[in-house]
Amino acid sequence: MPTELVLTVALQGILTGLVYGLMALGLSVIFGVVRVVNFAHGEMMTIASYGAIVAFAAWHIDPLVAMVPIAVILFAIGYAMQALLINPFINRPEHSQFILLAAVAIIMVNGLLMIFGPDARNVLVDYSLDSIEIGPLLVDKVRVITAAMALAITAVLFAFFKLSHTGKAIRACADNHLGALVVGLNVKQLYALTFGIGSACVGAAGAMMTLLIDTTPNIGPVFTLQAFVIVIIGGLGSMPGALLGGVLIGLSEAMSGLFFAPSAKTMFGVAILILVLLFRPQGLLGRKA
Amino acid sequence: MSSKITRRQFAASAAAGAAIVAGTAPFNIIRAQPKTLKIGSIHPRSGFQAQLGIACQRGIDIAPRVLKQLGIAAEVEIMNADTESNVDVARARAEKLINDGANVLIGAFDSGQSAAIAQVAEQKGVPYIINVAAAPQITEQGYKFVFRNFPTAPMLVGDGLNLMKGVFEKSGITPKTAVFMHVNDTFGQSMAGAIKAMAPRFNLPFQIVETIAYDPQAKDLSVEIAKAKATGAEMLMPVTRLNDAILMVREMVKQRWEPKIVMSPGAPGFYEGQFYKTLGKFSNYMITNVPWYNPRSSITQKLLDEFTKSYKGELFELNVGFSFEAVMVAVDAYNRAKSTDGKALADAIRQTKIDNHVMAGGSLQFDAKGQNVNIKSVTLQNLDQRPKVVLPLDIAEDNLLLPLPSWSKR
Repeated sequence: MPTELVLTVALQGILTGLVYGLMALGLSVIFGVVRVVNFAHGEMMTIASYGAIVAFAAWHIDPLVAMVPIAVILFAIGYAMQALLINPFINRPEHSQFILLAAVAIIMVNGLLMIFGPDARNVLVDYSLDSIEIGPLLVDKVRVITAAMALAITAVLFAFFKLSHTGKAIRACADNHLGALVVGLNVKQLYALTFGIGSACVGAAGAMMTLLIDTTPNIGPVFTLQAFVIVIIGGLGSMPGALLGGVLIGLSEAMSGLFFAPSAKTMFGVAILILVLLFRPQGLLGRKA
Repeated sequence: MSSKITRRQFAASAAAGAAIVAGTAPFNIIRAQPKTLKIGSIHPRSGFQAQLGIACQRGIDIAPRVLKQLGIAAEVEIMNADTESNVDVARARAEKLINDGANVLIGAFDSGQSAAIAQVAEQKGVPYIINVAAAPQITEQGYKFVFRNFPTAPMLVGDGLNLMKGVFEKSGITPKTAVFMHVNDTFGQSMAGAIKAMAPRFNLPFQIVETIAYDPQAKDLSVEIAKAKATGAEMLMPVTRLNDAILMVREMVKQRWEPKIVMSPGAPGFYEGQFYKTLGKFSNYMITNVPWYNPRSSITQKLLDEFTKSYKGELFELNVGFSFEAVMVAVDAYNRAKSTDGKALADAIRQTKIDNHVMAGGSLQFDAKGQNVNIKSVTLQNLDQRPKVVLPLDIAEDNLLLPLPSWSKR
């Protein structure tokens, strides 16, 4: 097999994986702090994708620009969801939380179906079909841009949690819930803020995804599952873990498609998941409970 | 006096009641002959095949109006069901349609879903007319209530491979190598099996250097196209659905893969309205050998007029034509059988012979297996962002244009 082919496919897989990583980051951040698994994660991303599609269709706004207001709107939706809907469920059994968010996901999918119908929609900007030549390699320009954006957003988020007072307070809530209450932190507000930040990540990823794939209302559950696989591989609650998990899935999909059968791509991602669960249940970069 | 009912009194009353019911029961048989033929239309109208299912549904919906214009009148009630692009849902919805009183089922665009519906229809004794689905096994199982007015995969491939030779001859371009890419579902596998079995018989001038199967719900075909490009093949022979056809061409543009010919041996995708809308100028020059409507038929013109009036801006294509014809077959059989009884309708469908109809080929009739063997494919090429017949020459709408121009020069 030609080396250029292997390198091109590997690079495409890594770039796609970085965007997957950004998508899963939101899920990881929310779980890491609030300890609630957002089963409506993929559906929220689909809402963001439709936001980008509408912005492009109505005003010709590039999804990479529309990403900013969409992330802000998703932040508001996430904040409101946590403050009004999820906070009352925080101390309830996990299955109640699961049912609540699964119900929210179903409502979102059906709402999108009612508004947009089942047709696949996409955004075709001027550079959608462009490629960049790197030596003998030909790399999809959109993938390069979206992967760079995903890395930048992750870096900003990382800096926020490490350096800002609010970020430190959120981490304090995640590390020691009781301690955070004792020192007077408004835990419920910080939870809502975290859910908002996680949702904003999803918003950015959803807007960018419109440049890579076609959007249908039913695509949400697929992304929810994929995000789960990625964060479990990377380690639930670990930000670098989400990125690493995304890259591993992107790379495994690409290489399995190349060396085995393209229709077996998903199988290899799930095989990695099983291996991680067997030999490192906390995930590659996760902390032991 | 006690008001209690004794066991003897109860038994006597029950026996008397039963006798009255039994005595009057035969009179219940005398009912008015049903005046309405209930057609259960079952298609994937949501999920990844939604656009194609909706196209089929359009053909069904306008059929009663067009048939009325043609003087083939009958009271028809269309009952709709959505398979959600899922085999299990298709089976459940077929059962529900029959339980709700459907006299005939029509559907279901997809081979897997159609196979599931066929089992239910056969079990319940309700005729099922397949409008679009090519897996041969559906009409190879000795079913008595299943009819197909669509070519099987071997018929599609046979016609498709034959027409390929015509394309090479007409264009003067004969590729030596080809990559075969196919969607990995029931239809794609049937087509792959048929090509593998039949290609040697046709003495094709090219060698298939790589066969690539991919997930029908793939969101990205970059790896598949990279692999195909690396073979250096002169022709791409794809068997696609719609979304994957769009992904495929998009990825070819991105990876600057420019084979001389892209020719489908008989599959959807390239000639669908959404394909043109999404890809614009990049949709041009793709070739599909596929059963198509006969533009010279008077019924086609009537159907086309009604379709254009009802669905402005939508593309009139084979899914609409075959779906219309399925309703035509059902109504024709009902008019002859004068009954909604499943067996009577199935017997009437078996005797169908409609000479003037929509799709290209001979008379619309079914063989002993319930298969219409008279359907013929044509060669379509995308020109001016719509499908045009380029072969056979007697019904050609435009000239064949090959080799494919470079992506950058469009």
